[in-house]
Amino acid sequence: MKPALSIILFTTIAGAAQGMVVALALATLAGIAPATALAPMLWAATGMLLVALVASFFHLGHPLRAWRTVLMWRTSWMSREVIVLPAFIALVGGWALLATLAQRDAVAPHWLAGMAIVGAVLLWYCTAMIYACIRFIQEWAHPLTVVNYTTLGLASGFVTAGALAVMAGEPGFASDIAPWALAATALAWFTRALSLRRNARLKPKSTTQTATGIQAARVVQKSMGMTGGSFNTREFFHGASAHGMRMARTGFQVLAFALPILLLAWALLSGSALAWLLALGSQAAGLLAERWFFFAQARHPQNIYYQAVS
Amino acid sequence: MNNPVQPAPETLAKQLALVIDLNVCVGCHACVTSCKEWNTSGAAGPLTDLNAYGERPTGTFFNRVQTFEADSYPDTQTIHFPKSCLHCEDPPCVPVCPTGASYKRKSDGIVLVDYDKCIGCKYCSWACPYGAREFDEERKVMTKCTLCVDRIYDELLPPQDRKPACVKACPTGARLFGDVKDPDSEVSQAIRERGGYQLMPEWETQPANHYLPRQITLSTVPQAQPNFRLGDFLNGEPASGKHKPGSGAMEKDAR
Repeated sequence: MKPALSIILFTTIAGAAQGMVVALALATLAGIAPATALAPMLWAATGMLLVALVASFFHLGHPLRAWRTVLMWRTSWMSREVIVLPAFIALVGGWALLATLAQRDAVAPHWLAGMAIVGAVLLWYCTAMIYACIRFIQEWAHPLTVVNYTTLGLASGFVTAGALAVMAGEPGFASDIAPWALAATALAWFTRALSLRRNARLKPKSTTQTATGIQAARVVQKSMGMTGGSFNTREFFHGASAHGMRMARTGFQVLAFALPILLLAWALLSGSALAWLLALGSQAAGLLAERWFFFAQARHPQNIYYQAVS
Repeated sequence: MNNPVQPAPETLAKQLALVIDLNVCVGCHACVTSCKEWNTSGAAGPLTDLNAYGERPTGTFFNRVQTFEADSYPDTQTIHFPKSCLHCEDPPCVPVCPTGASYKRKSDGIVLVDYDKCIGCKYCSWACPYGAREFDEERKVMTKCTLCVDRIYDELLPPQDRKPACVKACPTGARLFGDVKDPDSEVSQAIRERGGYQLMPEWETQPANHYLPRQITLSTVPQAQPNFRLGDFLNGEPASGKHKPGSGAMEKDAR
């Protein structure tokens, strides 16, 4: 598949915002929520979700008709996502408003924190199922897709929360969640590595033989029927070389997991603010590359029909 | 992942479809141009062309003819392979559509896109294993074969013309059109009698369109005379089972 920038931005930014909301909700439930930084961090999460929402609109040919996407919630995971996303934004925005008005003397509403966690998990599930439900894109059609959207979102959310906390002058909260950020990043690396291992061993179910029904040991395409390309040759081929794919695969694991783990360990030991910011920057770049790779690695069976120009 | 609660595909009483005879398709692309002409001018159009006179012309088509090569020398075969929407009985592209713009007609099984409801998210094209849908870059909506729905029911046309444009255009009669649920229809008989098959059966989409396999035709003309030797021929000694020269039957045999 050809990775679309709008979807890469939407899924990574929204995923990090969801993770940060979960981090703040868990901190609220545990009674260690940042006193002064809670409201600004919730506003930041709301802003990130809105930015993600705007990015998603750039994927649409007719953005003004987007309201129609809520109609098919009975069958379409995209429709379900479109319902859950604004509801989650409203929930987080409402919590941010409440935290701003209540100031620091108010009791943290545990039910709201619980709902925020449920909302974040629901949204991850809907987003991931958009890809996991397409049974013939074998790289995606597996529960690990849902697991990875969740763990990657959690990791980036905890790292974002820690980095924002040190910037907002709450180093105490940052050091409280540093072990969590470290664990979440390690867990995300583990689950993502599982799917990388699975995808490396996949055997495509569709072949040129099944695609054409021609029963012969050797069936090769000699012409795809056009010379100037089509939607089919643009939308489903990423165009990167095998070397480029290997670089992306190694690169995103270094940037999103390996480096942040080292930097978070540094932050955990020294309380360094710089370490948090470097971890955030590295992981953000790494997760954008990860999402690019997620799309590029998916081999669509329609590509069998578009192998040779003439 | 396979959704365990996916409802069983509903079986329609009528399912219009194409049956494509790979045995006689000569790869002339007449169906491609005829499809483009009809659909760019009608309810489904216009089908955008971009860079039409440039180096890499590209545009929206509902139908393509591809060419495959099977086996190896000396048994190599060239197979021309027309490809359009297969109007699956369980179309994976339809339930994923978030707006309901993609739908399958209950009355005749044609899978259509309502261009006024399509938001151009392209998700349906991802959910089609055959690459049957093409996004129109100018109109920003997803488009696909309509089975010439604006033609096959048009009572202003003579009955013999109420067929998809591609079917009417095919000079070799490689494209049959009809109801695959009617056991007596031309298409059902062709599928039954000539080993009609579906594409990518592994995904259980139950395509309505079928393909008739290419059959290797062996010559019925007698092979070159066995054990033929010029000397025997000149001496008037017939090869086994062959006529003597000048007996009057040689001309027919040698053809």
